Amino acid sequence: MIGAQILIECLKREGVEVIFGYPGGQVLPIFDRLYDADVKFILTRHEQGAAHAADGYARATGKVGVCLATSGPGATNLVTGIANAYMDSIPMVAITGQVKSFLIGNDAFQEADITGITRPITKHNFLVKDIKDLARIVREAFYIASTGRPGPVVIDIPSDIQMQDTFFVWPEKVEMRSYQPTYFGHPGQIKKAVKLIANSKKPLIYAGGGIITSGANAALLELAEKIQAPVTWTLMGIGAFPGTHKLSLGMLGMHGTAYANHAIMGADLIIAVGARFDDRVTGRIDSFAPGAKVIHIDIDPSSISKNIKVDVPIVGDAKNILGEILEQIKIGPDTAEWLKAVDALKKKYPLKYKDGERIKPQYVLEQLYDITKGDVIIATEVGQNQMWACQWLKYDHPRTFISSGGLGTMGFGFPAAMGAKVGCSDKTVIDIAGDGSIQMNIQELGTCVANKINVKVFILNNGYLGMVRQWQELFYKKRYSQVGISSPDFVKLAESYGAVGICVKKKEDVRPAIEKALKTDNTVFIDFHVEPEENVFPMVPAGEAINRMIEGLA
Amino acid sequence: MRHTISVLVENKFGVLARIAGLFSARGYNIASLAVSETLDPQTSYMTIVVEVKDEAILEQIKKQLNKLIDVITVTDFTKKEHVDRELVLAKIAYSAQDKAKIEALLKKCAGKIIQAKGNTAVIEAVGEQAQVKELLEGLNKIGIKELVKTGRLAITN
Ligand SMILES: Cc1ncc(C[n+]2csc(CCOP(=O)(O)OP(=O)(O)O)c2C)c(N)n1
Ligand SMILES: [Mg+2]
Repeated sequence: MIGAQILIECLKREGVEVIFGYPGGQVLPIFDRLYDADVKFILTRHEQGAAHAADGYARATGKVGVCLATSGPGATNLVTGIANAYMDSIPMVAITGQVKSFLIGNDAFQEADITGITRPITKHNFLVKDIKDLARIVREAFYIASTGRPGPVVIDIPSDIQMQDTFFVWPEKVEMRSYQPTYFGHPGQIKKAVKLIANSKKPLIYAGGGIITSGANAALLELAEKIQAPVTWTLMGIGAFPGTHKLSLGMLGMHGTAYANHAIMGADLIIAVGARFDDRVTGRIDSFAPGAKVIHIDIDPSSISKNIKVDVPIVGDAKNILGEILEQIKIGPDTAEWLKAVDALKKKYPLKYKDGERIKPQYVLEQLYDITKGDVIIATEVGQNQMWACQWLKYDHPRTFISSGGLGTMGFGFPAAMGAKVGCSDKTVIDIAGDGSIQMNIQELGTCVANKINVKVFILNNGYLGMVRQWQELFYKKRYSQVGISSPDFVKLAESYGAVGICVKKKEDVRPAIEKALKTDNTVFIDFHVEPEENVFPMVPAGEAINRMIEGLA
Repeated sequence: MRHTISVLVENKFGVLARIAGLFSARGYNIASLAVSETLDPQTSYMTIVVEVKDEAILEQIKKQLNKLIDVITVTDFTKKEHVDRELVLAKIAYSAQDKAKIEALLKKCAGKIIQAKGNTAVIEAVGEQAQVKELLEGLNKIGIKELVKTGRLAITN
């Protein structure tokens, strides 16, 4: 079997249903074999689109996303998508063609050292130097990508190796002495955690993306209810806990709810699960939750005690560890007083915005939620649109919110929505977009239409790179430097691709437009002309304590 | 503070770049680095002397190293009984009246002359850091023309 065939055979055995990618000179043998392989291939319009689509597919399904590109420019076009998946711990395998092995290092045509380039932004990467290693490498790549703390893995395959012939041997097991993630928490540590929980009066759960990765959402819900602790979450943790639950506090941090930020400052115990105390969450680190002891559950030891000092670190899989803790907790602490105080915070600092004549972005999202009741998958771009989507929509289920957290990649949402739709074809998938971000990967309209991947794109068109404008307004004396941005006529643009475009300028047209888009069996762009200078509030200025928020309204 | 750690790695393509890249990407300082195969040609030992402000950073370095897929074990010698050595080769230029001084110095610091030509000599010394340092300071007064030094090697006892 030649290398190209071995690769495809391995992908099939790994259960790969779909590959997102783009052909080129150094992957010709692979594409030749794909010609009659029964693996779905989605030809994107840009390799970045392929990487984000694979990422979105992985986030929506929990499976490993796969993308494929040629050497040199094809491979470098994947780089942003790989970095994005790395920052958010998304399982992905990116396969790249490489110049022939004997030409490597010669500055050959379309040569780029992609293993060198991606070393700091992958969980691991491989350059295949011997055809006999190929099957094992593919097996290891999927194993590494999907186990422990997941992440992207690159496999770089020189084109001569794709052509070489060898016996296909599928490794039954993966055995790597140097890679053995810890799944079960240390019993002594779990005991300590249980004791801290039992003795706490004001516990608060801080949930991150690790809950979703590990499938621990049911255990989390059970724990929160058992110990009657309010739950807040990170951007990556959206969907880990039902947003409509009475114990939910919404997202915390820079644009979190004011009540979550105040609550965490008042807690006496923080139970952090699958979250990493990112600077967007903690604000000024030395004034973060001063009165609280911290239990930190994470599968990645290097996340623990990286940013804050932890009292009880527990390394392992969230689902296993929460299960253990649940088993050992007989009766939860009495938190009635605490919950009363938290409820008072909710009443005192609700999320709010000032409605007006013009369409407010928050209004669009409220209408959307009212129509769908959350039974959709939401992807977002980056900026104000993203923060509003965190604040003004509720999410009750894991894998229904797809957003670039760690890297904050504009242009992620649309191709990611496309990938999510491919993975969950029975679901409505909506990209909440900004007018700036959508223009970064707008070419994927072609992919959506050609493959009948019907996604809905709601552009909150404020004529600005709004989030940057907001910072310039608040911290740079309103000196708007390069933040006004023009857009094409999105309706015509959508139509020219064969999609449907709707332009909404009046408030009363918002709801009908959403309803129409949801009923339309095609990709739809809605261009909502929203209030240009609306800001996202509350906001914690960078470097401030998280309870020192700027509020927009009195 | 300097700490010596040794990292047992899979002897695979790019592994040195992974380790070096980790240190540069995360802003950790390497004071010295010594790499070689072990008896098993599939693995290598890297002995790294790191310069860190506090223990927390040392902990992070160890965790980050462990996270690399090709890293098998990380040993921190800070709290372990161990011996360590550095090797120095120094070329010096000397005159007749320096000879006695040199000999006394070599004796004290476990160094020896391995080659002499005209008025230059190549000196080899193997020792602990302090010993090597003392030798070099002494030789420098006489006149070092060229100097090469290995990174520190360490082993538990
Ligand atoms: C690729 C990339 N470039 C630049 C940025 C910096 N940035 C963050 S938000 C933002 C503005 C986004 O504008 P838009 O998509 O219109 O969203 P809005 O904030 O207006 O909702 C920019 C430029 C980024 N996050 N990603
Ligand atoms: Mg905008």
